[in-house]
Amino acid sequence: MYGPLWIVPFFPLVGFLLNGLFGKWFDRVTVSVIACTSVGLSFLWSVVLFFRLSALPPESRFYVEKVFDWFVSGNFSAPMEFYLDPLSAVMILTVSGVGFLIHVYSHGYMSHDESYARYFSFLNLFTFAMLVLVLGSNLLVLFIGWEGVGLCSYLLIGFWFTKKSASDAGKKAFIVNRVGDFGFLLGTFLIFVTFGTLNIQEISTAAPNVLMYGGAIVTTITLLLFVGATGKSAQIPLYIWLPDAMEGPTPVSALIHAATMVTAGVYMVARMSALYVLAPVSMTVVAVIGAATAIFAATIAITQFDIKRVLAYSTISQLGYMFLACGVGAFSAGIFHLMTHAFFKALLFMCAGSVMHAMSNEQDMRYMGDLRKRTPKTFYTMLIGTLAIAGIPGLSGFFSKDEILWESFASPAGGVGFWVVGAVAAGITAFYMFRLIFMTFFGQPRYKHGVEKHIHESPNVMTYPLIALAILAIIGGYVGIPHVLGGHNNFGEFLKPSIAHLASHGEAHHSTTEELLLMGASVAIALLGIVAAFRMYIANPKLPVVIADNFKKVYNLLYNKYYVDEIYYFIIVKPFVRFSQLLYDVADRIFIDGSINLLAYFTGWTGEVIKWFQTGYVRNYIVTFVFGLVIIVGYMLLK
Amino acid sequence: MNVQIDLSLLYPHLFLLIWALLIFAIDFFMTEDNRPSLGYLSIVGLIITAILSFASDKGTTFWGAFRADTFSLSFNIIFIGSAILTIASAIDFVKDRLKHHGEFYGLILLSTLGMMFLASSSDLLSLYVSLELATIALFVLVAFMKRDLKSTESGLKYLILGAASSAILVYGISLLYGLTGTLTFAGIAEQLNTSFMGGPLFILSIILIIAGLSFKLAAVPFHMWCPDVYEGAPTPVTAYLSVASKAAGLAAMIRIFFEGLHSSAAEWIPLILTISALAMVLGNVVAVRQHNIKRLLAYSSIAQIGYILVAFIAVSELATTSMILYMIVYMFANIGAFIVVITFYNRSGSDEIIAYAGLSKRSPFLAISMVIFLLSLVGIPPMAGFVGKFYLFAAAIQKGYYWIVVLGVLTSVISLYYYMMVAYQMYFKSGDDNSRIKVNPTLAVAILIALAGTLFIGVYPEPVLSAISGASVTLF
Repeated sequence: MYGPLWIVPFFPLVGFLLNGLFGKWFDRVTVSVIACTSVGLSFLWSVVLFFRLSALPPESRFYVEKVFDWFVSGNFSAPMEFYLDPLSAVMILTVSGVGFLIHVYSHGYMSHDESYARYFSFLNLFTFAMLVLVLGSNLLVLFIGWEGVGLCSYLLIGFWFTKKSASDAGKKAFIVNRVGDFGFLLGTFLIFVTFGTLNIQEISTAAPNVLMYGGAIVTTITLLLFVGATGKSAQIPLYIWLPDAMEGPTPVSALIHAATMVTAGVYMVARMSALYVLAPVSMTVVAVIGAATAIFAATIAITQFDIKRVLAYSTISQLGYMFLACGVGAFSAGIFHLMTHAFFKALLFMCAGSVMHAMSNEQDMRYMGDLRKRTPKTFYTMLIGTLAIAGIPGLSGFFSKDEILWESFASPAGGVGFWVVGAVAAGITAFYMFRLIFMTFFGQPRYKHGVEKHIHESPNVMTYPLIALAILAIIGGYVGIPHVLGGHNNFGEFLKPSIAHLASHGEAHHSTTEELLLMGASVAIALLGIVAAFRMYIANPKLPVVIADNFKKVYNLLYNKYYVDEIYYFIIVKPFVRFSQLLYDVADRIFIDGSINLLAYFTGWTGEVIKWFQTGYVRNYIVTFVFGLVIIVGYMLLK
Repeated sequence: MNVQIDLSLLYPHLFLLIWALLIFAIDFFMTEDNRPSLGYLSIVGLIITAILSFASDKGTTFWGAFRADTFSLSFNIIFIGSAILTIASAIDFVKDRLKHHGEFYGLILLSTLGMMFLASSSDLLSLYVSLELATIALFVLVAFMKRDLKSTESGLKYLILGAASSAILVYGISLLYGLTGTLTFAGIAEQLNTSFMGGPLFILSIILIIAGLSFKLAAVPFHMWCPDVYEGAPTPVTAYLSVASKAAGLAAMIRIFFEGLHSSAAEWIPLILTISALAMVLGNVVAVRQHNIKRLLAYSSIAQIGYILVAFIAVSELATTSMILYMIVYMFANIGAFIVVITFYNRSGSDEIIAYAGLSKRSPFLAISMVIFLLSLVGIPPMAGFVGKFYLFAAAIQKGYYWIVVLGVLTSVISLYYYMMVAYQMYFKSGDDNSRIKVNPTLAVAILIALAGTLFIGVYPEPVLSAISGASVTLF
């Protein structure tokens, strides 16, 4: 009665195969029609599945579908199995829905690119892998998707691979992610050793009986899995690849590096919530890393001038919020923010793309300004996205961010400290986002020579997806209106069956007044950020320079992103390269090459000698035949 | 005694026999232009035979001499598959260079028929007779290029050495009959007792049987004929010889040793172990020094039988399954490689490896197909060869034969070198002739089938594995 699940990832796969194999011979319209239709069909089917799922009573809202047995070895089997429950339903809707809009937008954005079919085939392949990731019912299938999206991310960051910075960024993303993936794999192995299965539902059911609360095994497993999440979702210390990933085409940044792939880590932590609730230490680690990343990345975003980099650091910061939510046990709040963030951050990136489109690919905000009238649709949609991310009441970001802030304060695993860090980061977020708006759309034009006469609003194929996402960025939050504002938090209720809850219900009762008070405080902080941005970039444009001069050291520290790339270079990359060079010189050149060359020489020589026996005379062959026989008989009988 | 003949078990064999004779007969009534269609007709016959094999019952008939079971069905599919791919690859070759269409295709069908009987035989006599049917047709096929010195020479070599090995095999069979007083494998298994096990006559009979069959497998030290015959024979025949004939030898080995002699496994395992090690080392080492692609593939096929025998020593259900799986994998990769060789030869008239220089530009399709087939022969994932070797070695590991597996892996490394030498020529060298090579549709389809088999089994071996899982002839 659910209907097949495999159809959801199947369409993008077909799109990938068609465009990947035959795209060379298709014209551009055919390519984009294939690509967009495939994702659109996935979305429609996801909607159907979602409604069928929600028509059921909450306790029976899950469905497993085995597509085929991938391989079976002894009592270990790796079935290709998909799993639909409220959590994966939300994810496939978000991925295919936002993905579809970005595909449509790409048709306009990439219209001048030479490798049109290659771009769309990769984008389809990405969607396929992402859908496999969220639908996988065991960790092996999840891992296929996990690696698949990583591969596509690499391919698309380095899409313009003739540009060295792009191919370097692709490699950086890939290598940094390998560190995380290694942790994820170790965690998976440990799970298999502990549970004897990789099926997520079986693990979740068995976890409370198999594992001791707070025990070493569950803590190790969850921390290892979290290492994987920090890689994929760009958290401290592995976030460094995401800002560089902006070398890819902007729709790719919107789809992969804002809306979907980078949230895979959050999804995975929520999916494995049954394990995390058993490991209080890991939960604290997740919350601390999340909160630290949220404020750390937000401070860097203040000083950046590249419009996409501001958004990249903003993404890292927002992902930090999601982990903060997971870490305090509010997994559904994390997923809620994941969804609303997918709407407004995809919107912001695509607006940035639209700005770049208008500005002949200029990314530096110092050379922008006064675009409000020239690109009105882009301006208004981007303003909506900015208001949403700043947490202004009435827009989607407000509901999800506020739920996270409240939970980080009120949850048994939370605390005042988390709330303060989160609220300050929210203020900074409002500041740097309005800084972006003011520098781009207001003030005096500061265009480079010759740019001005080309400035134009983007075509409809690009602005319609912006409008659609802007609507979602406004209304997307109304599925989860909190109780305190008279809602029922339907979103959280819907996710409940998929997610484990904290064991310790020490229910410290918090009053409604308290909740409203904190809500008011966080909104006030956000408004403060906006006002500060207004004072610095509109009312008194000289002020930022003065501040930067007066606080030279702090400014430089932030502008240079805390020198983390440089520190990593000196602590990790350089010693690693030196050590590799040593290994290459001694172990590789002398020992390995030497022994291989010796063996090769010996092999060649032996071959030459034996070849000599192959005389071509039948009599010699018979002699060998009989001789061999006599030796064998002699040996066996005398033995 | 009742008449125990249930002809329904033999329908596939009878059908193929009639079809083969029809091919011979129709040839008379055709004009030279129409005769290539005999090839397609043969393929149709083989496909029908395959369907009949699937459809027909399982059971034993002819007083226990003939047995249709999953084992024989699996091997029948390998024989028929090899024959189909061979014929598909041969049609142009026959038209341009061999002539005598009816005889060529008819003989291949007859040889296939012999092998099918062989896989079903469950006593020594029917095994021997069907082996001869399969081999005698091959003698003729090897020497088919009457006016080509190399072809006739290799035909003669094959005949003389083949006759010698047959004689040795029969000698071994007669000794075993003398000791046990019965010819059926089931009977032999019952009659094996300690009074003669381990005695010189018994050991001699085992050695002679292994030697006789090792000739068919081209295992060391009974391999000497192999490079010369492979080089001299018409290439489609070489392709058939390298897969079907080896599969037939293997089927016979499994029938005799797993079904009849498995309780004396301790006596013959060291022997097979030695042969396996020698074949892997010698085949791979000497292949390094070859300049002719057919000789290279000859030595590689010697090495390949070494890998298969690694599983043979495990004497278990997994051993049988893994050997059959590997034979299927090997069929796709090896015949696939030979089809590329044939296609290339049709155009260039050369089998020298250096002639392959620049093939990646002349025909990207042929070059990439060749690389995939060769990588499958090395055993690199995701090609089927990896899965095949994995199960072969797993069978040996399961029984604790570690060092032979280590040797297998090490010699595989050597094989990577000479297989990739071919790829090196195709991709990194440029030849004098840079004209495009067009692949005609029949050959292209044959290559695509081999590619599909190689990649499919490599990625998703489960269906094939479960289809052959019941093939073990003995309950160990």
